[in-house]
Amino acid sequence: MKFTRRDTMAIGGAAALTTILPSLSSAAIPVNELIMGVTGGADAASTGISLTAPEIAENGNTVPISIDAPGAVAITVMAAGNPRPGVATFNFGAGSASQSATTRIRLAGTQDVVAVAEMADGSFATAHQTVKVTIGGCGG
Amino acid sequence: MAKGVKARVKVPKTAAAGESVTLKTLISHKMESGLRKDSDGNKIPQSIINRFTCAFNGNTVIDVKMAAAISTNPYFAFDAVVPEAGEFHFTWYDDDGSIYEEKKSVKIA
Repeated sequence: MKFTRRDTMAIGGAAALTTILPSLSSAAIPVNELIMGVTGGADAASTGISLTAPEIAENGNTVPISIDAPGAVAITVMAAGNPRPGVATFNFGAGSASQSATTRIRLAGTQDVVAVAEMADGSFATAHQTVKVTIGGCGG
Repeated sequence: MAKGVKARVKVPKTAAAGESVTLKTLISHKMESGLRKDSDGNKIPQSIINRFTCAFNGNTVIDVKMAAAISTNPYFAFDAVVPEAGEFHFTWYDDDGSIYEEKKSVKIA
């Protein structure tokens, strides 16, 4: 069999597509799925919690975030596009003055950061924000 | 025990009874995520601090479960109530079983 120039181009193109596509499809877990994983399938309100994160983070290794959910007993933070989405769970005790905290997290790339708060009455509230990351923070 | 671990906390020396104060904590730690590779292409095993707690006179203020996505030198800022004079007790739990502790006392002004 003899390859013409056109044949070679077609084969090369198909090969490139198959290598790109799997990485795209396995990229981010849907935000809804992450939230359901924390709430156990219950619906989450979109009020009562605030998540503060920069719109653009130059360095994905240290992205400052703040969470605030008055009346919460626990807040879970997740990064939808990280290789492992779990970031941290904050449990607030009797000695806390406000259900808020600030920390710094790693983000592998541009993605949604999700916070889910569990309120004292058992209901859930959620907030999410997209952060654009210039340099990812996951080695490689 | 991971090398060069040093905890730093910022707590006001005095507070009014019932006042809420902001506490800031920083601990120097590499927080190796387990995803990086060394120059030979071998994966560097995960080594992180997986839990941080703060208590005032035995009352829990905050208890944080941490994953590898927390940055190098984990930093936390949060608010606590100071009902009476006493001591804040900060504890960090390392993956390798080490426990790092720090204590700060607060007087009532």
